[in-house]
Amino acid sequence: MTDTKPKAVRRLGDVVFANLAFFAGVSILATLATVAAFLFAQSVPAFTGPPIDAASEGFFSYVLPFVFGTVYASVIGLAIATPLAIGIALYISHFANRKFAQVLGYAVDLLAAIPSVVYGLWGILVLAPFLSPTFNWLNENLGWIPIFAGQVSATGRTMLTVGIVLAIMVLPIMAALIREIFLQTPRLHEEAALALGATRWEMIKMAVLPFGRPGIISAAMLGLGRALGETMAVAMVLSPAAVVSFAVLTSTNSNTIAANIALQFPEAGGNYTNLLIATGLVLFAITMVVNMIARWVISRRAEFSGAN
Amino acid sequence: MSKRIELKSLDVYYKAFLAVEDVSMVIEPKAITAFIGPSGCGKSTLIRTLNRMHEVIPGARVEGQLLMDGEDVYGPDVDPVRVRRQVGMVFQRPNPFPTMSIKDNVLSGYKLNNSRMSKAEAEEITEKALVGANLWNEVKDRLEKPGSGLSGGQQQRLCIARAIAVEPDVILMDEPTSALDPISTAAIEDLAVELKEHFTVVIVTHNMQQASRISDMTAFFNIAGSGLPGKLIEYDKTEKVFSNPTEQQTEDYVSGRFG
Repeated sequence: MTDTKPKAVRRLGDVVFANLAFFAGVSILATLATVAAFLFAQSVPAFTGPPIDAASEGFFSYVLPFVFGTVYASVIGLAIATPLAIGIALYISHFANRKFAQVLGYAVDLLAAIPSVVYGLWGILVLAPFLSPTFNWLNENLGWIPIFAGQVSATGRTMLTVGIVLAIMVLPIMAALIREIFLQTPRLHEEAALALGATRWEMIKMAVLPFGRPGIISAAMLGLGRALGETMAVAMVLSPAAVVSFAVLTSTNSNTIAANIALQFPEAGGNYTNLLIATGLVLFAITMVVNMIARWVISRRAEFSGAN
Repeated sequence: MSKRIELKSLDVYYKAFLAVEDVSMVIEPKAITAFIGPSGCGKSTLIRTLNRMHEVIPGARVEGQLLMDGEDVYGPDVDPVRVRRQVGMVFQRPNPFPTMSIKDNVLSGYKLNNSRMSKAEAEEITEKALVGANLWNEVKDRLEKPGSGLSGGQQQRLCIARAIAVEPDVILMDEPTSALDPISTAAIEDLAVELKEHFTVVIVTHNMQQASRISDMTAFFNIAGSGLPGKLIEYDKTEKVFSNPTEQQTEDYVSGRFG
């Protein structure tokens, strides 16, 4: 039997473009693999070499407070940023008049362009002293809630301050993304809700928010990714200690992995450097797990996503 | 319940642009009234004034009077949200909420008024509305599945179920079959005829056969040219409009000479 199937025409443009796209896709994987390989290779001496003073009780008890600090600071940041970002996005997409919405949109984008070291300075010099009285008030009045308990920091350089700085840092990207998602809500669905007699807020609850849900989660994950890895602002603002503590107003706070690396690296020698790189590997793993969870959350209700 | 709608020299604007000029007509309860006419003649614009959906577009407004059983729909202290809860609407393209199940879609309008309802109540309303929309037998085993998984015709009937679940007085249909195949179209047409037992039904259609098949009254709209307002040319019993219209323009349109 001979093959009578007509051959597909191969056009030069298609071939070139397909290959370009292919290499662009592969380059991501290659970069990721290189970074992962570097982290793995450089981490090994931390476990095989001579014992390190800083981690006399073993690697895991060394890294645990930092893991906690990283996740805790990011979660606080995200808990503050997510509702704010949704609010800003809703206001820009559905409430503000067009001109003002544009101005506000630019302002939000501008916030994203500020370097993190500036946020760090601002956190120490402006935000921390500004928040100090509030922290005292929280401690006096709501001190029965464990997270507000303890000896209040005199400087205001606490976990909560860091959380707020992180929130402000991740806010622009989240608000911008969520706004784009909200703007894409099909007019047809908004009108369906309005025609049923929904008020503006009910329409948003029925049509806009459910439609934007996967986008909100994606935006939160991007924000979380940035918060988890944020180094300068945390290193500058937080007064750290090697503890695991939920209290957000005290001066003994768990440091984050990234900030700890930044603070320790200049003075690290021998396989202490490798130990720090090993903590970097842990951060890498945390970020990956967070992203996988987000993917799972989004895919769980893909049937109802509105993408079909 | 079914209400009589009275339009008294209604002008409809988009900002300064007069889209529909000086429409006066009475839409009878328990009947199907069809709006026909060429594209751009303002029939969709006009139907959207009946439930105050027109004003959702910035700058859109209405002058004149619109009475529903004698009550002024555009009265100074009438809440458009209230109006829309009494006037259901079905759109050109089926638009069930993609993030909701079939059942939640049916109940979505009802929930706006009654946040608390028992499970039995919810089930009863769902069944009644879906039976009313001739969709019950097709979906009764998959009420928890997403509405977007249904065929186009089923989705449109789901939208009708959603509209009738709140037991409105009036049902507006804005070209409800223009995105559907002939079989689904026939199902919607049969349904429209059943719906007029309980509701005032107003339907905008491009399909003249459809208007002549199902409607009791027909209103023909036309425009003199682009940029000019649409006008109500003739409004009469459907048989009369299609067999022996008074106006030459109507005759030309229904006989297929233009449009």
